[in-house]
Formats: sequence, C-alpha cells, structure tokens
Amino acid sequence: MVDRVDSAGEWTQSSRFPDEVLERVLALIDSHKDRSSVSLVCKDWYNAERWSRRHVFIGNCYSVSPEIVAARFPRIRSVTLKGKPRFSDFNLVPEDWGADVQPWLSAFSTAYPFLEELRLKRMAVSDESLEFLATKFHGFKALSLLSCDGFSTDGLKAIATHCKKLTELDIQENGIDDLGGHWLSCFPESLTSLEILNFASLNSEVSFDALEKLVARCKSLRVLKVNRNISLDQLQKLLSHCPQLTELGTGTFMQELISGPVAEFKNMFSNCRNLITLSGLWDATPFYLPVIYPACASLTFLNLSYATLRSDELANLLSHCKTLRRLWLLDTVGDKGLEAVGSCCPLLEELRVFPADPFDQEILLGVTESGFVSVSRGCPKLRYVLYFCRQMTNAAVATIARNCPDFTHFRLCIMNPGQPDYLTKEPMDEAFGAIVKTCTKLQRLAISGLLTDRTFEYIGKYAKNLETLSVAFAGSSDLGMEYVLQGCQKLRKLEIRDCPFGNAALLSGLTKYESMRSLWMSACNVTMNACRVLAKERPRLNVEVMRDEEGGDDSQAHKVYVYRTVAGPRRDAPPFVLTL
Amino acid sequence: MSSETSTVTSEPPPTTADTELTLRLPGESQKSEAKSTKRRFSDLTDLKLGGNDESDTECSVVTRSTPAKERVVGWPPVRSHRKNMMKKDCKYVKVAVDGAPYLRKVDLELYSGYQQLLCGFEHLFSCFTIRNVLNERKLMDPVNGMEYVPTYEDKEGDWMLVGDVPWMMFVESCKRIRLMKNSEAVNGSELLEKC
Repeated sequence: MVDRVDSAGEWTQSSRFPDEVLERVLALIDSHKDRSSVSLVCKDWYNAERWSRRHVFIGNCYSVSPEIVAARFPRIRSVTLKGKPRFSDFNLVPEDWGADVQPWLSAFSTAYPFLEELRLKRMAVSDESLEFLATKFHGFKALSLLSCDGFSTDGLKAIATHCKKLTELDIQENGIDDLGGHWLSCFPESLTSLEILNFASLNSEVSFDALEKLVARCKSLRVLKVNRNISLDQLQKLLSHCPQLTELGTGTFMQELISGPVAEFKNMFSNCRNLITLSGLWDATPFYLPVIYPACASLTFLNLSYATLRSDELANLLSHCKTLRRLWLLDTVGDKGLEAVGSCCPLLEELRVFPADPFDQEILLGVTESGFVSVSRGCPKLRYVLYFCRQMTNAAVATIARNCPDFTHFRLCIMNPGQPDYLTKEPMDEAFGAIVKTCTKLQRLAISGLLTDRTFEYIGKYAKNLETLSVAFAGSSDLGMEYVLQGCQKLRKLEIRDCPFGNAALLSGLTKYESMRSLWMSACNVTMNACRVLAKERPRLNVEVMRDEEGGDDSQAHKVYVYRTVAGPRRDAPPFVLTL
Repeated sequence: MSSETSTVTSEPPPTTADTELTLRLPGESQKSEAKSTKRRFSDLTDLKLGGNDESDTECSVVTRSTPAKERVVGWPPVRSHRKNMMKKDCKYVKVAVDGAPYLRKVDLELYSGYQQLLCGFEHLFSCFTIRNVLNERKLMDPVNGMEYVPTYEDKEGDWMLVGDVPWMMFVESCKRIRLMKNSEAVNGSELLEKC
C-alpha cells in the first residue's frame, strides 16, 4: 500500500497492493512477534496477516479461547500451545489444575481439519485426546509433547497406528504412565515418513526388531533419540541403517560383558558425517566414551547431563569437541571439568550444569564459583547459562559478567536457599548487580542466594531488556518487587516464591500486568483482599488463587496466578482454584 | 538396678530391650547399640544369639552423620523427570566383615561417593578408621592392626575393589560388599584378574 501526503498534509491512498500480493509477502514472515506487529499496522494488513498465517503460538492457553483463535486465523496448519505455570515443573501446582488440550482439539477438528503439527508444553493430555488427534486429523504429521501429563503409552499407540503421514514424534520429560513399549510396534510397515523420533524419556523396553525395521525404512530420518534400554550393539545396528542422522540420542553407553568390545564399536560413528547433536550416553564410562570421538569434530550440541563423568573423563572427551556451541553437563565433572570446558570450547554459547544429587544437603561436591569463572575466561561468547552450585561469591560473578558481556539468559541456582557470599558473608546483591549492569542484552534472569531489595533495585534500574525473572527466597520488603515492576519495561513473565512481598507490591503492578503474560506469587505475603482489589480494577486480568492444601489462614493468598486474557474467567477451574 | 523413690508419676517397667543379652561386633559399646536401635526402629529385625546362618544374624542399621534438614517443596528447581532419571530405588546391600559374625546392611542411595561410604563404614563398625594410602581406600582396626580392603560383588558375580569405577556405576552394579582382611585381598586369586 503506498500512501502519499497531498498538499493539505493529509494521507491518501494512491495505490494499493492486491491482497494476494500482500499475503504472499507476509507469508514469508515466520516470527510470531513480527506477525503481531504486522497485524497492528492497519486493517488491511491485519486481514492479510490472518489469512497468511500458518502457525499460531499461544504462550498461555487461558489467555485466549479456541473459538477466538479459530475465528481469527482460518488457515492454521501448526499450533504451539503452553499451559501450566512453569513452577508446575517443581510440584508447586496441584494435579487437575487444568490446561486440558481436549477443548482445543475439539475446536480444531472443525476449524483446522488439515492441522499438521501440534507442539504442547505443560498441557494435560489424555489418551482419549491422543486418539482423537490421531483419528480426526487425517494429514497430521508432527507431535511434540514436553512436560505434559495425563496420558499413557496407550495414547502413543493411537498416534503410531493412525497417523499415516507422521514425520515427527517427540516425547520429552512427561508425566506419562509407562505401560510398556508396545506402542512402537504399532507403526505400520507402510509408515516410511518419520524424520524425528524421540522416546528417550520413556522407561520401558520397545521391541528392538520393530525399531530396527522402522529406522531402516524411514529414509528421511534425521533425529533419533532412543531410551536407556537400547544397548550399544543395538545402537550400532541402528546407526548402520541411518548414517544420515543429524541428531542422535544413544541408549545405555556401557556393556556389562567386558570382552574386548571397544574394537567392535570403534567404527560405529565413522559413517555419521552429519551428526551435530549427541545426547543420552547413560552410564558412559571412560572405557566406551572414545567410541564417540570420530563424531565429535562436527558436534555443536553435546548433552552429557545423564552421564556421570568425572573431570578427567570430560577433559579427554572435550579435547575432540572444538566446535561445540551448546554443552549440558552434570556437576560430577567438578571445577576441574569446567576448566577443560574453558580450554577446549572457545565457541561455546550455552552451558547448563545440572546437579547430580540436588537433594542431599550434606554433600559438598559439585561445582563452585571457580568452575564458572574458568568457563567464562575461555568462552567469551557465552550467552546462555544455567548453573547449579553450592557456593558462589560476588567477586566471581562480577568477573564472569566482565568476561561474558553477551549473556541473554543467566540462571544461577545456589542450592541452599538464602545463602550469602561464602567468603565475605555478604548478600549476593552485587553479583546480580554486576550481571544486569554489564549484560545489557539480558532477557532472562533467575536469581538465588541471600538477596536484599538492593538486587531488585539493580534489576529495575539496569535490566531494560529483561523479559523473564525468577525469584525465590529473596528480598527484604515490598520495595523489591516494586523496583522490578516499575523499571523493567519489557517484563513479560515474573515468577516469585517464598519472598516477603505483600499487597503493596502486588498492587504496584496494577497497570503493568496487562502488558505481561503472567505473574506467579506463592508463599509470599499477599492477602485475598488485595487479590480481589486487583481483580476488580483489572477485568482483563484473570486473578486466580489456589487454596492451600493444608488449610491454614483463609485470608492469605498462598498461590496467586495472574494473567492477561481475552477469554474471560476460566470455565474449567477445579474447586481449589478461585477466580476472583 | 537403680534405687527408686516413689513419685507421682510411676516409671515404666524395664523393657525387654534393656535387659536382653545381645552380641555386638568388637568395639561397640552398649550405649551406641541402644542409640542405633532407636534411630531406625522400623528397620530392625530381632537380634539373635549365636547362629551361623547369615540371614538370621542380619540387622539393618542405617546411619547418617547429621540429621537431614527439612526439604523445601520444589527446591532446588530440578524437574521431576530429571530427578527420576537419576534416582534409583532404595539400594540395600549386605556388608560383611571378615572375622565378624554379623552382617550389616547399608543403603547405598544415602551416600554420594566413596568417601562418604567409608565414613559410613566407620560409623557402622566403630572399630575402624579410614586410612587413605596412595588413593587406595582401606580401613584399619587400630586394636589388632589389621587392614581391611573394601571389595564388592558386582552383577556378573565378580569380586572387585571398591573405588575403581565411577560412584553411580558402583551403586548400580554392587550386589554386596565384603571388607576383606588385607592379606587375603592381596593374595586372593579372584582379585588378581581384575588388577
């Protein structure tokens, strides 16, 4: 559309693109954020955008209804849907809270009968829903389930049996009822279209014969992640059928019979020239790890978070992995292992260090500030870190920030709640102050340790690009939360637990919450009355309070979940969820 | 018997636990035995006198160096799935000490590494002290100067030296533990194969 300003200074439309042209152009835009912007330009663009959109991303399933989505976007082929608040991953949300996918599937079966892809995160999914999906959508191709619950392997049977054009089945970290591995045998012999198969998180054994035949006939298979029951020699057989793999998740990486097997497996990876991602590696020992060395030179993502490696074992391995960009580890590698990361992986952009024994408070093992500093010295391109440790200092984090100013995601978990700088005994305020001052691109921050309101003052003042903030056991007063709500203009998700923030803090965000996706506050000092005030003042927010299971003070709001919505109050809320 | 004075609240009669004769491993005092029976009363089987049958003479005693702190729900923020992948079921294994008539059981899940396991042995068999010589882990009884080398039987039925494999692998594959007297360990043909 071309506008001209005439002599009177008024806009006129002198020529317009035909809608089809506009749609064609807009069809090239993938990012849903960009599409959102496009749709706001004017009515014509809004319409062109909605007709050309093929993929819809819904970050909170209760922010909109299936009917509204179907009415606005008539030609959707792919849906991403997220449900429960993130703290449900840590058992803070009771079962039966909601986020049932069925209402969406029912609406889509009429609105989008040609739906091809469905990606669900933290949704409640039943076997009946999976069967519905498999039988009502005839061209269905790709299913990804991450951190969902409510289904069993019977649901997977339905998918395998009925989805004739399936290209992707990606099952990750779900609360699934594992009734056995028979589902895999349900793929018919006629199914040859699989490109992605990930069942690494399922415990029970599948028929290896069925798996081998499936892999052999799916010539386009590029991602294969098997579960722990698949042995090394079985893996070798599988790899012989699909050398074209780009991503591999191994099974158990150890054989119990030690009878000169390394020679046998030495060539297992020599034909896999396209491998860029490697994961699994359960029970990997120094005896068998060298088997993967031939594949290491091209790896960009190595997930060792299920392998209990020691520092020397990791160092030997990493000396072969110079091109790594993403690395996930267990803290069994220790600080020495992290030194090896710093020396071997100069291109590293993402590091996640998980705790091997998070709940044993007697342990003094794992990684410390020293390991993190070593990595920061050797890996200046780091932008994403998730780090679990038992001790940290302000000085170390300041050094890390100086070494890696490009952080976009900084998630530091000092595992003992409210723990100070272990050398100076001071709060960890200056650590996070250094991060927000230096790392101007910071989008996501998770803080821990002993923290006063000063931390939040720093965050509010400096973290101008911050979108997601996770807070636990921190802060001294309402001011803390107020600083963040006032200062962080781009804030979208705020999740808080066990902090001394009360009603004043909650209500200071009155005008802010509609510009955010959601707010979670649990075990803070918020009362029901304050929640009622918020709900009354802001009808476009859903203010939900979850009743405490143990009874307790009814005037206190123990778990508060606030989110913007155009769909009004939930109609499926269970009895323990009060919408105010 | 201590003399009793009459009080308003009568003292309970002595229980069978107080008066029963018990056999203990060398080095244990009556006091420590009583303490450990109170610690895990749900785990105890009755102590029997004499008997060569191993199964009759077991008692399961689990010790921790300090009491566990209360766990906070959902902290640290590790997803259930990851917790479950790393966690295994309770892993009780029998621990036999050469020359002692009793077996003990330990829950390997309670320990995070070899050092902690040896500390656990120190607690269980209070006659021992840990002696780390050149990275070899041994236990020593200062009373008779004997050294004991921790060995274990793995899933294959082979006897291995404790400490050779990564801890998690050891927990996975260990079926039972034997603290072998050092002279036996050195000469034991079973172990020569593994060296």
